[in-house]
Amino acid sequence: MLEMRRRLRERGVLGINRRNSAYVRLWNPRRLYPLVDDKLRTKELAIASGMPVPELYAVVTAQHDVRGLRKALADREQFVVKPAHGSGGNGILIIIGRRGELYLKSSGAVMDWAELDHHISNSLSGLYSLGGQRDRVLVEYFVQSEPELEKISYRGVPDIRLIVYRGFPAMAMIRLPTHLSDGKANLHLGAVGVGIDLSKGVTLQGVQGTEVVVLHPDTGNCLEGLEIPHWDQILKLAAECFDMTGLGYLGVDLVLDHKHGPLILELNARPGLAIQIANCAGLHTRLELIDEHADPRDSLEDRIVFSRQHFAA
Amino acid sequence: MKKLPLYLTVGVLVAAGLSLILYKVLVLGFPLQPESERSIWTVQARFTVDGHTRPVKAILQILSSSPGFTVLDENFVSRGFGLTIVEEAGAREAQWAIRRAAGRQTFYYQAVVTPELIGARGPSAPTGLENERLEEPYATAAEAVVAQVRAQSADVSTFTAELLRHLNDPEPDENTALFLAAGRSLGQRVEIAVSLLETGGISARAAYGLYLEEGERHAQFSPVLEVWDGDSWLWFSPETGEEGLPENVLIWWDGDKPLIDVVGGSNPEVEISTWRNTVDALQLAERRADARQSRIMDFSLLRLPLQIQAVYQILLLVPIGAFIMVLLRNVIGVKTFGTFMPVLVALAFRETRLVAGLVLFVLVVALGVGLRFLLDRLRLLLVPRLAAVLILVVLCLLTVSILSHQLGFETGLSVALFPLVILTIAIERMSIVWEEVGPTEAIQQGLGTLAVAALAYLVMSLSHVEYLVFVFPEILLLLLAAVLLLGRYSGYRLLELVRFRALGADDA
Repeated sequence: MLEMRRRLRERGVLGINRRNSAYVRLWNPRRLYPLVDDKLRTKELAIASGMPVPELYAVVTAQHDVRGLRKALADREQFVVKPAHGSGGNGILIIIGRRGELYLKSSGAVMDWAELDHHISNSLSGLYSLGGQRDRVLVEYFVQSEPELEKISYRGVPDIRLIVYRGFPAMAMIRLPTHLSDGKANLHLGAVGVGIDLSKGVTLQGVQGTEVVVLHPDTGNCLEGLEIPHWDQILKLAAECFDMTGLGYLGVDLVLDHKHGPLILELNARPGLAIQIANCAGLHTRLELIDEHADPRDSLEDRIVFSRQHFAA
Repeated sequence: MKKLPLYLTVGVLVAAGLSLILYKVLVLGFPLQPESERSIWTVQARFTVDGHTRPVKAILQILSSSPGFTVLDENFVSRGFGLTIVEEAGAREAQWAIRRAAGRQTFYYQAVVTPELIGARGPSAPTGLENERLEEPYATAAEAVVAQVRAQSADVSTFTAELLRHLNDPEPDENTALFLAAGRSLGQRVEIAVSLLETGGISARAAYGLYLEEGERHAQFSPVLEVWDGDSWLWFSPETGEEGLPENVLIWWDGDKPLIDVVGGSNPEVEISTWRNTVDALQLAERRADARQSRIMDFSLLRLPLQIQAVYQILLLVPIGAFIMVLLRNVIGVKTFGTFMPVLVALAFRETRLVAGLVLFVLVVALGVGLRFLLDRLRLLLVPRLAAVLILVVLCLLTVSILSHQLGFETGLSVALFPLVILTIAIERMSIVWEEVGPTEAIQQGLGTLAVAALAYLVMSLSHVEYLVFVFPEILLLLLAAVLLLGRYSGYRLLELVRFRALGADDA
């Protein structure tokens, strides 16, 4: 045990306690949390800053809006329903098609309007929000996967998570939906996380749960060595999120749409630590390196150049 | 990231907590073990005197400030006499008086004493030398003895020892012999020593000690030489000249007054007996604190009304549970439902006992989660659904109680006290996690909750722990300090070592 502890420390692996005490608490002022905890506010902020986001179809703030919603969605084949305050992917419903009156979920199951209505009501009454307070529901564009990434994901759309520390991209991974995760890109639901070489945007090894995986468990394709399209732009968008929110320790989730390119999906003020397993690298070392180098006057380009230089695999 | 304020706070808390605890343990003798016993001594003087239908006044020297002992209680018994207690220059005497007394009169004086722990207060300083001028040829002889003894000693202590050696010499020199001519009983030797010491400018007096022995009916006093060294009193055995007072010697009175004195009566007799009792150590500590007029007992939980004490007996355990919770979550990394639910569940286990509690918890939560999924099909909104779950929980509990009563298990009945809301929240949390994250995570968190609750319960139900926090609530200050320190613990959680083991592998 002590041996493991020593080795993890040597490799600069960041633990939850240190993440909370040295990074989240220090760099993320509480007053900024609502910017990222409320997905609607994040979206509005991103739109105002001119950042690309999935198109917003509708916002439901009260039960009686649900009726209107049915009309608003009448000619939408595909859409995503998510509570503004959901965390960890809770409460996100992905509809990938219609079968007459029925809605086809990404898992392959179908649901009727009553079920959808129930889901939205639950979300509104705060079932998925952290404190159980009343919530709003977003209905937005369902991102179409890049064909490039199609072969290493099961049903859903993979998303790209970057840890941005003081404006410097520090680590990245791509999260691939699996059968186990019900087509969702959340690691704790069983999605596969694959580390990304920050300098080149090329995938490294994958991890599911805490186990290293080499092939996608459902498609069987090799996870390693894949080039992520639009990597330059992804780095730039992620780093810009720091300037947009002011949060020093930030998790940025992006998706690659085959039409619109990289889109900002959501931001996280307490991003998880599994990204280290996917990258087979410790985050602490990188954060300390950034601390040594960081200068508030660094331009966006400087920061990206620094990250690309130092955080190759 | 400066840690100094934290360490200062922790230091202050630890110092305050520890000093209060140490004071209570070392000075007041609060026992660290529940139900421990200590012995206390009762000393009794039975004083009899014949009356002759005339006014009688009987005087008895009583305990004043016996070094090494605390007087917990005193009783005076007589038939129809008026009692006055006179305190003078550190000595106390009881005076019984009556206008007319006929026949044999009996007085009792009883004192309960207990050995003093640390911080004993000795008798007060002497007022000065009594300085009775000795007559010739004693004065010259005394000067000579004092000069000789002084030449062979360095300080008060060695002076006294040397003087006693002179007095105890079987073949004393002529100057010493002059004093011993009148008699050389122990008491007389002490008197001689006192007057010689005073000649040498040292305050001294005789004291009378009692060897405390179990069941002694006719205890005898042994005279002790009490010498003031300028700061405190020293005691010397006149027989051996050794300094110090044996532990079991209780100084009854000092000075040159006799133990008893009677005016108007005749044939006075006194009988001293000593015996030992055992008492509850905690009670003893309280009495000792009272006897010392320690303010600490005014702020003690033990002075609250009993029903409030009972509440605090449980309430004081909650911080212990919370501390275990912090340890398990932040140091070990166990996942649980909610932050403090395990502590509440652990409190609930107190009602049901552990095994029954675990079984009931699993049973009711399993039933509840099952029914909750059935309810889900009815598509209820959040609040009505929670209410419905609550009602179902009550029904579940009712069923369990009735069934267990039918089957003859008494424990099932106490389930009624099993906090309802805790179960409802547990069910709701569990079914949400189940639905959103999956059964594995839900069961993992459920088991984590139960494990933490069980551990917290086991620690909280240790009678020793319960006793300690109740008698020493200062322990909470230490717990607070520990929690503050843990609050800044930024090392790995134990389970993270498992989680990140791929990163710590040899080939990584």
